[in-house]
Amino acid sequence: MKLTSTLALLGTAALSGAAHADLTVISFGGANQKAQQAAYYEPFAAASGVKIVAGEYNGEQAKIKAMVETKNVTWDVVEVESPELARGCEEGLYEKLDYSKIGNKSDYIGKAVGECGIGTFVWSTVLAYNADKLKQAPTSWADFWDVKRFPGKRGMRKGAKFTLEFALLADGVKPADVYTVLATPAGVDRAFKKLDELKPNIQWWEAGAQPPQMLASGDMVMSSAYNGRIAAAQAEGKNLKIVWNGSVYDVDSWAIPTGSPRIKEAYDFIRFASQAKPQSQYAALIPYGPTHQGAVGMMDAKVAADLPTAPANLKGALPSNTEFWVEYGEDLEQRFNAWAAR
Amino acid sequence: MPTETLSLSAPPNDPVVGLKQRLRRAERRRKLLYGALILPLALFLAIAFIWPIAALLKRSVDNPEVHGALPQTLAVLKHWSGDELPPAEAYAALTRELTAIRGTPELGTAAKRLNRETPGYRSLIMKTARKMPLDDGVDPQGALMSIDSRWSDVDIWQTIKRTGSPYTAFYMLSALDLTIDADGDLAATPPEESIYLDILGRTFWMSLIVAVCCLLLGFPVAYLMANLPQDKSNNLMIFVLLPFWTSVLVRVAAWIVLLQNDGLVNQALIALGITDAPLQLVFNRIGVYIAMVHILLPFMVLPLYSVMKGISPVYMRAAMSLGCPPFKSFWKVYFPQTLPGIGAGSLLVFIICMGYYITPALLGSPQEQMVSYFIAFYTNQTINWGMAAALSAVLLAATLVLYVFYARRLGASQAPAGR
Repeated sequence: MKLTSTLALLGTAALSGAAHADLTVISFGGANQKAQQAAYYEPFAAASGVKIVAGEYNGEQAKIKAMVETKNVTWDVVEVESPELARGCEEGLYEKLDYSKIGNKSDYIGKAVGECGIGTFVWSTVLAYNADKLKQAPTSWADFWDVKRFPGKRGMRKGAKFTLEFALLADGVKPADVYTVLATPAGVDRAFKKLDELKPNIQWWEAGAQPPQMLASGDMVMSSAYNGRIAAAQAEGKNLKIVWNGSVYDVDSWAIPTGSPRIKEAYDFIRFASQAKPQSQYAALIPYGPTHQGAVGMMDAKVAADLPTAPANLKGALPSNTEFWVEYGEDLEQRFNAWAAR
Repeated sequence: MPTETLSLSAPPNDPVVGLKQRLRRAERRRKLLYGALILPLALFLAIAFIWPIAALLKRSVDNPEVHGALPQTLAVLKHWSGDELPPAEAYAALTRELTAIRGTPELGTAAKRLNRETPGYRSLIMKTARKMPLDDGVDPQGALMSIDSRWSDVDIWQTIKRTGSPYTAFYMLSALDLTIDADGDLAATPPEESIYLDILGRTFWMSLIVAVCCLLLGFPVAYLMANLPQDKSNNLMIFVLLPFWTSVLVRVAAWIVLLQNDGLVNQALIALGITDAPLQLVFNRIGVYIAMVHILLPFMVLPLYSVMKGISPVYMRAAMSLGCPPFKSFWKVYFPQTLPGIGAGSLLVFIICMGYYITPALLGSPQEQMVSYFIAFYTNQTINWGMAAALSAVLLAATLVLYVFYARRLGASQAPAGR
């Protein structure tokens, strides 16, 4: 195992070997990376002279673990989701951040300031639908479960995270109570029972780019989806709509894998990308909420209304509980896999 | 070869004994030379194949986390019966060790390992470690219990003891839907969490279906190629090999385009009036079968073709000229001679199929995922490499059993079939 991962790493190192002085920044790809390219990578390269090699991944921590364990770290800055960041921080995959090299903690929203990572944007998993295929608009997860009023396939992410939350919301649990209910065995049973009802109508997706594409092609009529991806599809002229009620939002953060050889440049990049101005430029390109509290004020009010952090959109929305998922995630994913495979 | 060495190294008037000696020496030298020639390959296999597999098998029973993080606590717990609360030294040892490793990755990995046994354990460890170090003179037992009441729970301590051995059967058992219950007995995993036996059965079943489909489709093609004139059969061969050389990913993506709801196949079916609404051809088992059979067909056709090419047409002609009807002579005379090809092709397809990942992952729903999907899941998503290694070991064992079984069967069937 170790040998193969070492060999794989040697391979990647050889490929990127020429770019020794460059900073490798890995993020979730697609529309997100495009926006990061324009708002962060290019301006940073122009200002500092450090070239950025942009890469993408799907959030799997295995590669980072292999790099850190074999002490051959080729990724310098990584965009990480909250539960992975919390877990990776405890297991020593990420450097503990020195905020004096980044900025003032109080400038950022509370959820963004982490021990090993600083939040870069707030994203939301929403109910999205194809307005061309549905006669009336769904308004909640209860409607998502109502196959009589809204016939057709539904898309959900193949995994327990957020799927169980949505099931409980559809079953009438209040957003504020979702995680207390889900922490009990009876609550988990209740969520899976609710999912049982919808199972024959669910089309599972794995990559964030899939829902807008499958909604547009008519393979499904409604889906859980990342709000930024739906916005990108809308910009291409697709008639997709977002229901903010019952959405679950979370923060993605910049983190530095332990032992990155270019830690100074990594800090420089993170400091640059965590300022209000570039964050507002990023959010204007893809509607994910900035974590710097000064950023929204620099934005066009109309664009800011599409952000997950806009007050109107936060009504009925649920913040993802990182601690809960770090704790129960492995168990629930196992149970979800067993349930989905049946 | 032996005659050659003999004639080269034996001058005519030497005694027979010397000749034998020299013959043996030449033989030895030849063996050494052959040995030296295959040495690079043997080394390569050992480094790139045998060693990783051994390392992988070791990881499936490896259990270093708690053992490495809490050695003193474990030493105390070693003499503990497990029926009532552990002695005060256990509490003292635990507070000492938590103080020593708080904030380090060691604590994080140990907490993760314990959480795998009992959900909620991670926060218990983390919460307790955050309260360390204790003030001087405080009784560790009372302090731990007041930090969290779970420290007065016998099961919590048993979990530490149970996960403390350097090796564990936990992952292997989980991969077979088994678990050790609170009394230390072997028990089945609760039904809502048991999954892998079903998955293993499904992997076998789907591989079998694909192998049979490949055989049914590949046999006539191979027969045709073996019996056509050379130039025509060469053209046919290109059609077999062309997809073989194309990337699997490209072919899978192409099948998605062809089979999706408004894809070419459904459009054609609707235009021809065969169906009104689009058929669900992809993201279910049909789609997976279609693509897997397409991808694996060359692995069936090529062994069949090579065996059929070696069968002389004389036998069939002889049978027919002796009055045997065409189909019967095919079935009784020709077909048995193709059995080694059928065996080799089916085994090849079956074994490749058992390890298939990308096709079911892209074209199937969760009901089509096979063992490899879960290996990838544990490797990449949850970084539970113990579980990934255990599932790989199960898959490896299943494949080996199959291979041995086949080798025995083929050994028996080859004799009457051939020469």
